[in-house]
Amino acid sequence: MFTIDKKAKNLSMALMAIGLVALIFGFVSNPHDTWPALLFNTYFYLGISVFAVFFVAMQYVSEAGWSIVLKRVPEAIMGALPVFSFIMLFIIVAATSHFGGNHIYHWLQEGIMDPASDHYDKILAGKEPYLNATFFIARTSIYLIIWNYFAEKLRKLSILEDKQGGTGSHFKSVSTSAWFMVFFAVTSAMASWDWIMSIDAHWFSTIFGWYVFAEWAAIGFTTILLFTLYLQRQGYLKDVNESHIHDLGKWVFAFSLVWTYIWFSQFMLIWYSNIPEEVTYYTARLEVENYKFLFWFSMLINFILPIILLMSRDAKRNNGRLIFVSIFILIGHWLNSYLLVTPGTLNTHGHIGFTEVGIGLGFAGLLIYLTLYTLAKEPLEAKNHPMLDESKHLHT
Amino acid sequence: MQKEAEIRDPLILGKKSYHDITKDIARPVEGKANKYWWILFSLSFGLFLWGVLSMAYTVGTGIGAWGLNKTVNWAWDITNFVWWIGIGHAGTLISAVLLLFRQKWRMSINRSAEAMTIFGVLQASLFPIIHMGRPWLAYYVFPIPNQFGSLWVNFNSPLLWDVFAISTYFSVSLVFWYIGLIPDFAMLRDRFSEKTAPMKKKLYSFLSFGWSGKAKHWQRFEEVSLVLAGLATPLVFSVHSIVSMDFATSVIPGWHTTIFPPYFVLGALFSGFAMVETLLIIMRKVVSLESYITIKHIEYMNIIILLTGSLVGTAYITELFMSWYSGVEFEQYAFINRATGPYWWAYMIMMSCNVLTPQLYWFKKIRTSFVATFILSIFVNIGMWFERFVIIVTSLHRDFLPSSWSMFSPSFIDIGIYLGTIGFFFTLFLLYARTFPVIAQAELKTIVKSSGSEYKNKK
Repeated sequence: MFTIDKKAKNLSMALMAIGLVALIFGFVSNPHDTWPALLFNTYFYLGISVFAVFFVAMQYVSEAGWSIVLKRVPEAIMGALPVFSFIMLFIIVAATSHFGGNHIYHWLQEGIMDPASDHYDKILAGKEPYLNATFFIARTSIYLIIWNYFAEKLRKLSILEDKQGGTGSHFKSVSTSAWFMVFFAVTSAMASWDWIMSIDAHWFSTIFGWYVFAEWAAIGFTTILLFTLYLQRQGYLKDVNESHIHDLGKWVFAFSLVWTYIWFSQFMLIWYSNIPEEVTYYTARLEVENYKFLFWFSMLINFILPIILLMSRDAKRNNGRLIFVSIFILIGHWLNSYLLVTPGTLNTHGHIGFTEVGIGLGFAGLLIYLTLYTLAKEPLEAKNHPMLDESKHLHT
Repeated sequence: MQKEAEIRDPLILGKKSYHDITKDIARPVEGKANKYWWILFSLSFGLFLWGVLSMAYTVGTGIGAWGLNKTVNWAWDITNFVWWIGIGHAGTLISAVLLLFRQKWRMSINRSAEAMTIFGVLQASLFPIIHMGRPWLAYYVFPIPNQFGSLWVNFNSPLLWDVFAISTYFSVSLVFWYIGLIPDFAMLRDRFSEKTAPMKKKLYSFLSFGWSGKAKHWQRFEEVSLVLAGLATPLVFSVHSIVSMDFATSVIPGWHTTIFPPYFVLGALFSGFAMVETLLIIMRKVVSLESYITIKHIEYMNIIILLTGSLVGTAYITELFMSWYSGVEFEQYAFINRATGPYWWAYMIMMSCNVLTPQLYWFKKIRTSFVATFILSIFVNIGMWFERFVIIVTSLHRDFLPSSWSMFSPSFIDIGIYLGTIGFFFTLFLLYARTFPVIAQAELKTIVKSSGSEYKNKK
């Protein structure tokens, strides 16, 4: 069994306190700018927690045997999903009613789809069947309910397996995972259009859903790796050996490259064709002093750093190296999340200040606390999984 | 020591010793071809000859021999090119990506899948070469110094990137395939005697590069395999991404869309696995490899087909949705025209073969049936050809100027060239099946004691 030690508890509490202060400071001083900060941070941490569900499901449908000894780690990260889902739902509901000065979504502006209004925008009005407040809230609720339902179910089956043994819950988990994959493929893409892409309401990109998925995967794998290394260092997870860490490192490396691939596909095709419908998205980022540096800098961290520092086999078996790169990858993707939201909401005057960083740290504290709390609830080693022995003897 | 869970199905059926595996895999090379082989070979070779004549006619008279017109200036040529390149992708995925993922089931199918890749890429490369009109000047696609002033390739053109992407892909695939073959060629070399088959002995001695099975040889063999897998994995992505850019870098509605690179890669894997199934389901019967290419192998491939087919399906729907969501009239029309215009039937074939067909694999009964898989794999092959046809021809045939709208109909020569490449492909594959060890026996022997049915049952 895992017990939360004082240090970790205090750290997560301290981080959460910083987050709370930042949130209050933000909403008191400048609510208009605080909502986008809240949105991109929620996007980031919700992504990490929902990707944990994907990780577990992926292990089942692909009959993976290597990861069983650490499967409680992603299961615990799933523990943060309900909280971040709630925050996301709150932001969306607030956006539709402009509660607390929430003006994240331009298309929700009063009169924008009304031909009689001064704000009338013909193109946005054409999107009304999809972009309207009721449907927006309904969709967000559906995505979140589906994700939480499957997270809950997979977790329950895994614990049931510990108690009951046999292969019944294993095969049930396989079919549950397959269904989750189907729903997730659709909902994750649509969620990315709704929450992020519709911020730049005129702009569209067919690859966007996969782009967001790749980002969530990159930060999701990184987080799983970091928690595993932490637990190992604390003397838990005795069955996790170098090969498991190596395998997780490969995933981090691979998905850093997949993210880059998708990033490049979108960027290059839009840059090359240079048509006004699309290219404005990048001019809003590349021709604004505040964002230009971050745009290339996040790319550098998310791509160049892992490809140089994680390419070799030895690097992926070196805990210090892995922690170093992982932390930078998280920062890089956090900056990239900032860039997904800010130019479309704050135009040219967005900047990273105490509110943005504070909320980010606060959510990190929340994620750490919820994960460790969930870990402490059940035994750290999954028993009775039919491939457990394979995982214990992993040697590559 | 590595362990294999009881719950995993065996990958080698029946009571097989190491020697049995050797015999089973050497048999098609050592024995004589049966009647069916000769029938298939004559058919394929006949088609190939028809293709050669059509190509010769094209080179002799010019591209006017094809059904192209001013509006539809790209049609079957590029459709076939993309189709063949796509088919090749499964081989690289099986040999490289599945190696990195430690998937043992790849060992029974990787050799043939890689052969398919190489033969597929050969067919694909024919199309741009004939399309040049003067194929003897083909070397001009390479950026070589020349005496014609500033006559230089256009580095901004995705068509040029194709040249580099595909030639890299072809060379890496070939080297990967060949290195895997070395221990197996050595096995054949050792089985042929100097007295009864001196020519064959000489040939396989030459091909096996003096392989003697020393520990050092194996160690290098495994290391180079991993390095090549690492090199080939990005190629799985890059090649078809660059092929997709032939279209996506343009500003033509229906072509210019950001999802194209990953969507083309998935479509390629989808069609490639279907072709692997078409070939292997026939081959396992013709050369009696039922113990090695089992229904479990087919089931795994069907699951990949289900996955990639569904993702391709979501990409279709995404494109359709975004064309509406974009609010751009031209985008919207391009997709309405695709689905309801004069080429609606091609769109329907594409949708039903690529999106609906793989959904049948949700049923265990269907995905574990050889007959059903064989039929459905043909459907997927057809569907993926039509996907390219739909993307290419329906996006072009209704130009921005309604006065230039037109239709495309293939000429006799178009059909001849296409069928000719199918003939050429099967000719090569049939020759391969008679002269190469069609299963990586050296690799397969490493799992017989952990994944062989006889050993699994004993536990």
